[in-house]
Amino acid sequence: MSKHPHLHDNEVILDVRGLRVAYGKVEALHGVDLCIRRGQIVTVIGPNGAGKTTLLAALIGLLPATGDIIYMGHPRRHADEVEALVRQGMTLVPEKRELFAEMSVEDNLILGAFDRYRTGHRDQMETMDEVFELFPRLEERRSQLAGTLSGGERQMLAMGRALMAKPKLLMLDEPSLGLAPLIIKEIFRIIAELKQTGVAILLVEQNARAALQIADYGYVLETGEVSLAGPSQELAADPRVIEAYLGLGKKH
Amino acid sequence: MDLQILLLLGQDGITNGAIYALLALALVLVFAVTRVIFIPQGEFVAYGALTLASLQTGKVPGTIWLLLALGSTVAVLDGYRLLREKRFAKLPPLLIFNVGLPLLAAAGLFAMPPDQLPLWAQAVVAMLLVIPLGPMIYRVAFQPLASASVLVLLIVSIAVHVTLIGLGLLFFGAEGSRTPPFTEISFELAGAPLQGQTILVVVASALLIIGLYFFFERTIYGKALRATAMNRTGARLMGIPPALAGKLCFTLAAAIGAFSGILIAPITTIYYDSGFLIGLKGFVGAIIGGLASYPVAALGALLVGLLESYSSFYASAFKEVIVFTLIIPVLLWRSLTSKHIEEEEE
Ligand SMILES: Nc1ncnc2c1ncn2[C@@H]1O[C@H](COP(=O)(O)OP(=O)(O)OP(=O)(O)O)[C@@H](O)[C@H]1O
Ligand SMILES: [Mg+2]
Repeated sequence: MSKHPHLHDNEVILDVRGLRVAYGKVEALHGVDLCIRRGQIVTVIGPNGAGKTTLLAALIGLLPATGDIIYMGHPRRHADEVEALVRQGMTLVPEKRELFAEMSVEDNLILGAFDRYRTGHRDQMETMDEVFELFPRLEERRSQLAGTLSGGERQMLAMGRALMAKPKLLMLDEPSLGLAPLIIKEIFRIIAELKQTGVAILLVEQNARAALQIADYGYVLETGEVSLAGPSQELAADPRVIEAYLGLGKKH
Repeated sequence: MDLQILLLLGQDGITNGAIYALLALALVLVFAVTRVIFIPQGEFVAYGALTLASLQTGKVPGTIWLLLALGSTVAVLDGYRLLREKRFAKLPPLLIFNVGLPLLAAAGLFAMPPDQLPLWAQAVVAMLLVIPLGPMIYRVAFQPLASASVLVLLIVSIAVHVTLIGLGLLFFGAEGSRTPPFTEISFELAGAPLQGQTILVVVASALLIIGLYFFFERTIYGKALRATAMNRTGARLMGIPPALAGKLCFTLAAAIGAFSGILIAPITTIYYDSGFLIGLKGFVGAIIGGLASYPVAALGALLVGLLESYSSFYASAFKEVIVFTLIIPVLLWRSLTSKHIEEEEE
């Protein structure tokens, strides 16, 4: 997580065109286009069942998809498996966290660096210290079992574990899900902080207000299609977005 | 019945129980990581013992042919994929491990009569011949079915078991073998003789269990195996391929099996099909642990060993019946007390 002071390096990290995903015969994504550059936070907002989780699962290789995915300049073969994509620097913090419940916080983090370890990098202890700097709470609980953590701590652990892989593209699926406002604020502050390290972030959120605040660019996904896209300030000012996602009184 | 007989039987029971405990651990491990109910676990015991016995009579064990055949199959399967994906750098290690080394082993066996080797070296050779069969069987029979249901995996498991038994008959013949003990020392305990071999079995099993504990608790590969068992999707997202985890735990299972076989070869006469019953008793232990808990499975296996030993004295004709009937109350109790474990979905 070295600092990149100059962010004018705007190389495209991920370019997705016409992505289609189907569960059996039912298509859930009907041709999605999306682009993320280095050091950018891109958010995808949308209602329940829009296909946000499906999108991330397809990008990380958990679901088969058709369409073009160009990652770091190379077209991705759709046969590529999750493990190959993780090695190329993609990481997903899934909606369900998928922690190793009967293992300690520390072991969960160490496993986040499994592929780096396998490819000969033995720096997981230093990386773990960097993660502890971002999430001091995790250091306090390093020997506690992951299954006994609070919701906020679990989300922190899921994010910390993903960061252990030193990703180039970090995908977050609803990091605010089920958390109290104070913790949400902290998580979003940390996401904004991560951006400074140069990692590209794809942030899927229902909490549109908070997401648009820290994102550079946003997409609105509705029933498997991108209905609106634009720089996040423009989206936040768009009456359609205000009405559907930022409605007054619907405070998150 | 006096104390002497009680101790003697207890000794027998603990020796067998230690072996069953090892096998129970292997069964729990394989099931937790791959969802395969590993019926052929016992065949690794028989192959370990009989390979050692062949080496001792100066014969080239048939195991080497199976190793060559499976290794070549793996090389063809994986080589084809590597060629198609143009990952040429991975070809040489693939060929060396799956074809080169088995060929070298075959050449070595034919060049040097193995009965000249000291006993410990023969044991090592036997292990080296049997252990690679584990990951190879995984690659050929189970890896292509990674997302199949537990039932399909069980059927394949039975097919592998039947195949290995048939090959065992072909390789080792129908006669049983017993190898010389590793040690002749004998002590006396409260008037009952205590064989050095018995102590060896118990100590070696305990050491292996401790070694496995450290592997799972302290090494990143051990943790990766546990992670795969706990949360397959989570493990994949960490870059832990299910196929790697599968191969690793089949290697461990084969090693545990072969090691157990070599340990009991001097105590029991092993036939080509003896593995099944031995494995089944480990399985009873594993069931007592719900195919999930290692300590409970090990304790269950010890209980099976003791029960078997005492019932062979009191009601020898019903020995197996008593041991396997144990499973009924255990299952009943488990189904009443524990929540039903849903079949994990991908
Ligand atoms: N495994 C599955 N099998 C069949 N249909 C599925 C499956 N997973 C998701 N779907 C369907 O695909 C659509 C998109 O679901 P998805 O989980 O991607 O939505 P989402 O935008 O992440 O929603 P939420 O905000 O509630 O998490 C939904 O209609 C859902 O019912
Ligand atoms: Mg979702």
